[in-house]
Amino acid sequence: MSALVDEQKLEASPTGDYKLPRIKPHTTSEIKQHLRATKTLWCPGCSNGTITRALIDAILGLELDPDKVVVVAGIGCSGRISAYLDYSTVHTAHGRALAVATGVKAADPSLHVIVAMGDGDSSAIGGNHFIHAARRNIDLTALVFNNSIYGMTGGQMSPTTHLGDKSTTSVYGNVEPAFDLCELAHAAGATYVARGTSWGYQQLVNVLAGGIAHRGFSMVEAMSICPIYYGRFNLTSDPAEFLKSQKEHAVQVDKFAEGETRSHDHYPVGLLHHREREEFVTALRGLRERAKEADNG
Amino acid sequence: MAATTKSAAPPRAILLQGNEAVAEGAIAAGARFFAGYPITPSTEIAEVLSRRLPEVGGTFIQMEDEIASIAAVCGASLAGTKALTATSGPGFSLMQEMIGFATMAQIPCVVVDVMRGGPSTGLPTEPAQGDVMQARWGTHGEHSVIALVPSSVEECYTLTVEAFNLSEQYRTPVIVLSDALIGHMREAVILPEPGTLRIAERGTPDCEPEDYDTVTSTLDNILPRPPLGSPFKVHVTGLVYNRRSGSPDTSDPAAAADLGRYLREKIYHHRDAIVRVEEVEMHGAEVAIFAYGSVARSAMAVVRKLRAEGVPIGLVRPITLWPFPTLSVERMAEQVRTVIVPEMNIRQMSWEVQAAVRGRAKVVDYGRVDGKLITPDEILELVKPEFYYHSWEDA
Repeated sequence: MSALVDEQKLEASPTGDYKLPRIKPHTTSEIKQHLRATKTLWCPGCSNGTITRALIDAILGLELDPDKVVVVAGIGCSGRISAYLDYSTVHTAHGRALAVATGVKAADPSLHVIVAMGDGDSSAIGGNHFIHAARRNIDLTALVFNNSIYGMTGGQMSPTTHLGDKSTTSVYGNVEPAFDLCELAHAAGATYVARGTSWGYQQLVNVLAGGIAHRGFSMVEAMSICPIYYGRFNLTSDPAEFLKSQKEHAVQVDKFAEGETRSHDHYPVGLLHHREREEFVTALRGLRERAKEADNG
Repeated sequence: MAATTKSAAPPRAILLQGNEAVAEGAIAAGARFFAGYPITPSTEIAEVLSRRLPEVGGTFIQMEDEIASIAAVCGASLAGTKALTATSGPGFSLMQEMIGFATMAQIPCVVVDVMRGGPSTGLPTEPAQGDVMQARWGTHGEHSVIALVPSSVEECYTLTVEAFNLSEQYRTPVIVLSDALIGHMREAVILPEPGTLRIAERGTPDCEPEDYDTVTSTLDNILPRPPLGSPFKVHVTGLVYNRRSGSPDTSDPAAAADLGRYLREKIYHHRDAIVRVEEVEMHGAEVAIFAYGSVARSAMAVVRKLRAEGVPIGLVRPITLWPFPTLSVERMAEQVRTVIVPEMNIRQMSWEVQAAVRGRAKVVDYGRVDGKLITPDEILELVKPEFYYHSWEDA
């Protein structure tokens, strides 16, 4: 399924014979060389640190020049990653990371631009930018930390909080259904869509590396755990228990049957969608050539 | 379109629309990135730049809304490209969040607001000057701002260039407050020869990347921001940050005070260099008209007509609206007995004039918010009671 009308090339989903990079994990001292700080404001038991490490592992594994990596982040717990990573980093306004990153990438296509956002950041306040970045197929890698809650503000429901879940703004149970961010990205035109969990660390590294290597709009949803604000009211406040639940809920995509119902406790992980179509800054380059010809002619 | 001079032929007047002049001024200033969203009466700026920017190797992106537009402009500027967006009232309101971000994070960029009647959808095709305070205080929190207000098509061009220069020099967003009249008006203009314009370039800090966090901008030496994707590996944030290291620091009141005062003073300290005011026939003037933008054109007509009749009246026309030209207004207040402030809003700048006049002269305000221009005849009627001894029957 795709929401695009004029796709240049619509490949069958899911992923055909596309091969994900297989990244060898790096040592902690190698990882630390890409960090400005090792103290974070994330709560004990939060998986954001794990996801941060996975991102660095992917960047190291792809042997990217750290000087050419730009991380653009939104606002929320995940947005704080921008202050910890030792790359060029931008901590933007809530929801605006993808729009800022669009300007960065269009102005300097030589940069590897990774966009770190939370679930509310990317799909509520930034939802419009999310679908349009996907539609343009601009070569950005959106890394969505999905903890199903607004953590920074103290546990309010988000567009990925599940039906019936409790939060500080849904004390009687959430009456809104949740977004499936991967299917949203795919329907909007993203050309690389993957999901990983903080439990399945190595897979998360590989799908992140695949997304960064992919030329086009890639979206990696990293299922994170928030024991303090989500788990405590809905599942468990024990980080280890919470993490184990991801192992039970996540199903490898090749074992997930066509048409099988997805839910908060049963979802596919891995590379979910991959296809090729013209990338945005490449299209802009072609447009410039046409404009210059018209000007000369 | 013949807006660029390609040969050494003598300069000739060309017929240009205000919005077209903004677009050509942006290109002359070195802007190579525009992101915007269509909105009357600014749309021609986007249309012209969608055609012109790719010709000069630049980038035009039509974004999903005005919030995304100013956000992409911030991103492009951070990546090292001079960038602008253009909009009108409703879009300008949507942009305020990221104008604040650009102010806080010290991102040079230009925002053109072609003012129309408001609030809300208001009078989309009619001019107004109702955004002058939004330009000053639209984004939240304590901040300073630079806003320029063109009165002619030629100024749409030259002030857009100037807006880029100021934004680069002071590392801050600069707002160009045009309006539906100025934007849509066509005038014969002689554009400055390429090479005769002052163009401020960004440059890079004069230090090694590893030493970058040991050097700090001072009010008299505002360091350029290294682009993203350079060995400087800058961190850019909308949080309060330590001015030396650039790291977010929300727990140290001294760091917050240092940044807050710096962001304000880096503009106000340079007020003399930034503020431009045109004074017309102010020698011996007993009454002054304080008018800006399209209204200044009517005021100018009145001053010329009355001076020819020997009536001692002058015009003070702010070209820089923010920072407010306090010194000029104070000087004017010492000289004249009455200041007339006609504007296409209700008393927005007249309050500011009164604050600077501090009772030293009478301030007469006059506002229209019906989308109609203030005519010379209307201004003349305001002037007449101030010269009761003049024989107006002869006028």
